[in-house]
Amino acid sequence: MQAELTGYNFAYLDEQTKRMIRRGLLKAVAVPGLQVPFGGREMPLPYGWGTGGIQVTASVIGSDDVLKVIDQGADDTTNAVSIRHFFARTAGVETTEVTEEASLIQTRHRIPESPLSEGQILIYQVPIPEPLRFIEPRETETRKMHALTEYGVMHVKLYEDIAQFGQISTAYAYPVLVNGRYVMDPSPIPKFDNPKMHQSPALQLFGAGREKRLYAVPPYTDVISLDFEDHPFEIQSWDEDCALCGATDSFLDEVIINDAGERMFVCSDTHYCRQNRDASDG
Amino acid sequence: MDKPILTAREVTRAYTPDQGCLGVSLDVWPGEVLGIVGESGSGKSTLLRLLSGQESADSGSILFLDRAGTPIELTETPESALRYLGRTEFGIIHQNPRDGLRLRISAGGNIGERLMGVGNRHYGDIRAIAESWLTEVEIDPARIDGKPLHFSGGMQQRLQIARNLVTNPRLVFMDEPTGGLDVSVQAKLLDTLKRLVHDLGIAVIIVTHDMGVARLLADRLLVMKQGRVIESGLTDQVLDDPHAAYTQQLVASILQVN
Repeated sequence: MQAELTGYNFAYLDEQTKRMIRRGLLKAVAVPGLQVPFGGREMPLPYGWGTGGIQVTASVIGSDDVLKVIDQGADDTTNAVSIRHFFARTAGVETTEVTEEASLIQTRHRIPESPLSEGQILIYQVPIPEPLRFIEPRETETRKMHALTEYGVMHVKLYEDIAQFGQISTAYAYPVLVNGRYVMDPSPIPKFDNPKMHQSPALQLFGAGREKRLYAVPPYTDVISLDFEDHPFEIQSWDEDCALCGATDSFLDEVIINDAGERMFVCSDTHYCRQNRDASDG
Repeated sequence: MDKPILTAREVTRAYTPDQGCLGVSLDVWPGEVLGIVGESGSGKSTLLRLLSGQESADSGSILFLDRAGTPIELTETPESALRYLGRTEFGIIHQNPRDGLRLRISAGGNIGERLMGVGNRHYGDIRAIAESWLTEVEIDPARIDGKPLHFSGGMQQRLQIARNLVTNPRLVFMDEPTGGLDVSVQAKLLDTLKRLVHDLGIAVIIVTHDMGVARLLADRLLVMKQGRVIESGLTDQVLDDPHAAYTQQLVASILQVN
């Protein structure tokens, strides 16, 4: 690990920017699911790599926080490693790969398999915060639709899925209704993770850097996945167990392992998988 | 019923002091078809947008009688309530079906949108209703999963009609529904419209500059010129015995084939 950088403010962002983002976050927490605009800053990484999540993390992180960063569930992928190093160097905070030890978890596309607890904060990187965008390109109109709770079109998307594929084929960024009021895009997490958001004891914050929007789900809030009465919401399931740790209850990635096209299914959450293997070895 | 479903009094929306829609008053009775004719720029479409709550009037009153018989003053209704009326009590058929349809959503999804918008959450029911409406407007139900993008102009227009009528609106606004269609397709569409309007007892306000369409569909006719209504009466009466000089010109300008 490289030494802490000098010449930068704590956690890279200046204090005024952090204040502005925290103010936005307070509003977002107060109105669960509402998209709050904020003045997004240029970050030293490209849009789409987590500029939103990194600004939220920089605004809420303190010197005694323990940070975990995952990308698609993994602690060891490029995005996760570089963001973890970024905060280790600019804030000098302790980092970890152990879900239970982390006070802050920045994530791209997954929620950890291990249940989160009170006091933990989960920070999502969000590419497109607007769940209505696919059907309504005008921002003025989508804002009006949120204000007037005109959410019929969300079901049109699900209808199209069933008409075309015989089932709701939306597998990620599956729309949810938060606290009975706002329809929210949970960021591109697999729908497998949707039930984990419901009544979660952890605080969930969302940051979209390119679109400059913040939103939040406070602890113990209802998060309901949209569905039809005759086509209820279902999560993915696999015929196999994890090839490494044998877990039957985790989200599996399909990995091609040689040129003959042989493949295996492994946990996408690397920490959860390692924990399981350590437990069975021990 | 003995009361007009829509009563407009001195409705004005002026873009410039003498342009737009100036002091128009009209009544629409349940089940009747009211035609509005006039040249381009005479304020027909503005009037339609005002009456359907898509645009707000500078002055005047528009009273709508809802399903329960409660009078609603549209000019004082908040936008949220207007939009709800728009999904339940009103239907709006645009001249260009591309404005009124979602082209990349299947025909079934287009028809189902209003149902889902008013809270229907049963896929099987929505689909069954969509199928029956496709039959109703003479589109092959096998095309239910086809996208309107790949439909002909006439089919798109018929789909737009189905999409609007699915929630049983009581008042339908049509802005030149036959514009841009060739004559034989127009005739077929007019047949469908006439049958549906008659069977369902819907009140219709139809804007057109085609006297043939007015003659065929409308029970009563308003003639507009420069933002004002210059003549009104039963369709046959207005077309056979026009009083205003402009109406006489308009009637005389109908092409006679023989």
